[in-house]
Amino acid sequence: MSSGAGPVIPAWNFVRRSLYQDSVTLMRLARDMEAVAGVARAAAMMGTPQNRTLLRDAGLLTAEGETAGPTDLIVAVLADGASAAEAARAAAEAALAARRPTAGPGAPRPRTLASALRAMPDATLALVSVPGAYAGAEALKALRAGLHVMLFSDNVPLATERELKTLARARGLFLMGPDCGTAIVGGVPLGFANAVPRGLIGIAAASGTGLQEVACHVAAAGEGVSHAIGVGGRDLSDEIGGLMLEPALAALDADPDTRVVCVVGKPAGAATLGRLRAWIGKLAKPCVAVFMGAPPRGDEPWHVAATLEDAASAAVALARGAAPAPVEFSAPAADIATLVESQRLPMRRLQRFVRGLYAGGTLAYEALGILSTRLADVAPGVAGRGQAHRVVDLGEEVFTVGRPHPMLDGTIRREWIEKEAADPATAVLLLDVVLGYGAHADPAGEVLPAIRRARAVAGAAGRYLAVVASVCGTEQDPQRRSAQVTALADAGVIVMPSNAQAARLAALIAGPRV
Amino acid sequence: MFEPRVVSVGLPLFAAELARLAVPVLDVDWRPPAGGNARLATLLARLDAGRDEVERANARVFDLLVEGRPFLVDCRPAHEALELPERVVLHAGPPVAWERMCEPMRAAVACAIRYEDWAANDDAAEALVRDGRVRLAPCHDWKTVGPMTGMVTRSMPVFVVENRAHGNRAHATINEGLGRVLRFGATDDSVIARLRWLATEAGPLLGAALRASGGIDLRAHMAQALRMGDEMHQRNVAASALLVRALMPHVARVGGRHGAVARLAEFVAGNDQFFLNLAMAAGKALAAPAGGVAHSTLVTAMARNGTDFGIRVSALGDRWFTAPVETPVGLYFPGFGPDDANPDLGDSAIVETIGLGGGAMAASPAVARFVGAGGVAEALAVTAEIREICHGEHPYFLIPALDERGAPAGIDVRRVVETGIAPLINTGIAGKKAGTGQVGAGVVRAPLACFEQALEALLP
Repeated sequence: MSSGAGPVIPAWNFVRRSLYQDSVTLMRLARDMEAVAGVARAAAMMGTPQNRTLLRDAGLLTAEGETAGPTDLIVAVLADGASAAEAARAAAEAALAARRPTAGPGAPRPRTLASALRAMPDATLALVSVPGAYAGAEALKALRAGLHVMLFSDNVPLATERELKTLARARGLFLMGPDCGTAIVGGVPLGFANAVPRGLIGIAAASGTGLQEVACHVAAAGEGVSHAIGVGGRDLSDEIGGLMLEPALAALDADPDTRVVCVVGKPAGAATLGRLRAWIGKLAKPCVAVFMGAPPRGDEPWHVAATLEDAASAAVALARGAAPAPVEFSAPAADIATLVESQRLPMRRLQRFVRGLYAGGTLAYEALGILSTRLADVAPGVAGRGQAHRVVDLGEEVFTVGRPHPMLDGTIRREWIEKEAADPATAVLLLDVVLGYGAHADPAGEVLPAIRRARAVAGAAGRYLAVVASVCGTEQDPQRRSAQVTALADAGVIVMPSNAQAARLAALIAGPRV
Repeated sequence: MFEPRVVSVGLPLFAAELARLAVPVLDVDWRPPAGGNARLATLLARLDAGRDEVERANARVFDLLVEGRPFLVDCRPAHEALELPERVVLHAGPPVAWERMCEPMRAAVACAIRYEDWAANDDAAEALVRDGRVRLAPCHDWKTVGPMTGMVTRSMPVFVVENRAHGNRAHATINEGLGRVLRFGATDDSVIARLRWLATEAGPLLGAALRASGGIDLRAHMAQALRMGDEMHQRNVAASALLVRALMPHVARVGGRHGAVARLAEFVAGNDQFFLNLAMAAGKALAAPAGGVAHSTLVTAMARNGTDFGIRVSALGDRWFTAPVETPVGLYFPGFGPDDANPDLGDSAIVETIGLGGGAMAASPAVARFVGAGGVAEALAVTAEIREICHGEHPYFLIPALDERGAPAGIDVRRVVETGIAPLINTGIAGKKAGTGQVGAGVVRAPLACFEQALEALLP
């Protein structure tokens, strides 16, 4: 069909008063409008007498456009119907309103959460890592703005945590943390987290390094993580009562990517444990749970795991439809016996104790639990007190006030290593090496000089020090697990496949002779 | 679950890791709110509890500020336009008693009284003020804004700006030009002679031309001038030229005597700041309807009188929150230096209140020479900083250098206190000694104390 002989296409005009625009901008508007289906011609011009004449001659001016003055913008459209004209007008309005946010390199950083949200209105999560005294206020602002929050900061008062979590629940948001600096949401690592493939296992953890250790063992077994939600180190206490664990469990149960749910934490408060049983009992998906330090029971509505490694392997087994099987040592028993003997042989008689020096809190608790069931005289708690076997969590607040977390900076651990090495009763140094995003770029390299010095100090006094470690991390982590393991092994550190196995080996080395 | 698009508040390390993984992330340059002042932080937190209500009110006030349509419609003597009575002298800024008034403003008041023939000399003029026989009042209370000392008396012609979106009007005197002028506290005979010419010849001619024009659209004018390098406080050369282009045909048409037309044309052409008073009147016309909206934390006026800096906040109506005004930092005319500078004065900060002036520096790199090293980078940085304390971006005042983003507008008391970023004002500098006139130009910050007091008053 020829358009020349067709029916007359009507013109529509829209006038925007007192709107000055440069002519180049307006020519671009016209081009945008002409791209709209059903639009034959379009123009956008300031309503000067000359421009009105131009539009009139082109058959583009209506009575509405005639009313425009030199400072009014006329949007004129020849279109085959009102809806096409309206669409063209909308295209023009959108082009006028389009603001390219100045982001990217060189753009000034926003000074407040509120101004960040203007630059990124589709943000979904605030990662808060300001000092504890300010963290509550920032998290509150984020929740009020409708954002999920990952509260990395510690030293957040319990009452504040409760208030924040209550608000989060009322708004259908997650408040992850505090005292649990890790999460993986849809494959995205938040805070301290490892590079773990996406997969079938969903983790809800009231423990940062617990979450990391489970996720890494899941990855090592060839499976992956759907989401890992760090609900906060105190979430299972009766003061908080699982305010975030409950929605985390519900979310994982509803999540189509999750096949098995894995719960990780320290022992729950008595009242919270009761609720936990009810929540997990209602899950449609199989659930594995590990509570570090709680005596395992057989009759729970979940698959009971004694260690983080067992929790991961049980979850992997369930995801594959197999039966979970706990591991004592990955290596054959005979090899372990030989290894233990080789370490005991050069030691002096006075060297009797395991000294655990940890960067990861949950790993410290796990080691403490394992040592306590196998050795006498293990000091309770992870404060590093006691004269015999002892474990210290150097990430505890008493050690981190005014100095960086040992996962970021190993200075404090280096001091403790040298201190323990100087003690003639020390037989075994038991360490964790935590990799992942946010962690030190080379944790093994950072700790090795202290280990060499410790051995030199002990050697000068005629003592041999055993050093047993495990590396929490994956091959895909920025630090690369195998490179870290090799560096440690080359320095004579015995690297075990898991923290649990490392603790067991340490207990055997320092244990009574059989 | 959800797709993480992250705002990181705290350790830059985490944002860097996410950016490396190509996760959308924005890293906040966080500092303790209100400079770590716990009392102010608590006030902010309390106010934040009613955030939704505040945001709604602020959205409304922002619309009022930016969507108004100021038209220059007339020029008439103040006794007609304002019904300003005998023996009243309007001054810039928040109210200030004679005893606390700075020297250039006192000199200007006395000169204005002599100009009106209410007194024969300065001593008699001062006596009239001290006795209360001449009353002082802020321009702002008379729908008027005055630059620097801001003198307005009944026989002075004032421009009339009508906000056609709301029907309200605002006024400002005709800009006298640069150098030795009343607004900078100069008081010699040439000053009074010029004032008389403005009242008897220029004013009536401008009035007739404007009435014949049907009104000049100032919003569109200002938008265009912004694109031509004016921020309309320190620099008005493009806006003044555009105004001349719009105005002169009407002046020529109504002005019978060619001599008068020529004198006016020459006067306007010789004054690069001619448009300033119109930008100010437009500002007042835009800001007036934005006052008195409950819960709104946006600023509706900023003004200085050489002694105090004052702000008004929408929810708090006409109340002034004042603190001692600072002295501008700037560049000086030959023979003058910082020691000659008077603390800042004038109602012209109304320009910053509506999104022009200091906050629009990105449109006017030439003016950025007054700040730091000066230049384009400095200009962009100033606008980015002021955006942090503003409600939004102006939908009409667009800045080409910012990819057509709008100038930041709607200064929010909460944001000022939280970030500690005080509004930046571009300003002229008056000599502190009476009768000196202008000695330079520069920039000045609004005192944070005004905003802190307002924040306190915003809480029930």
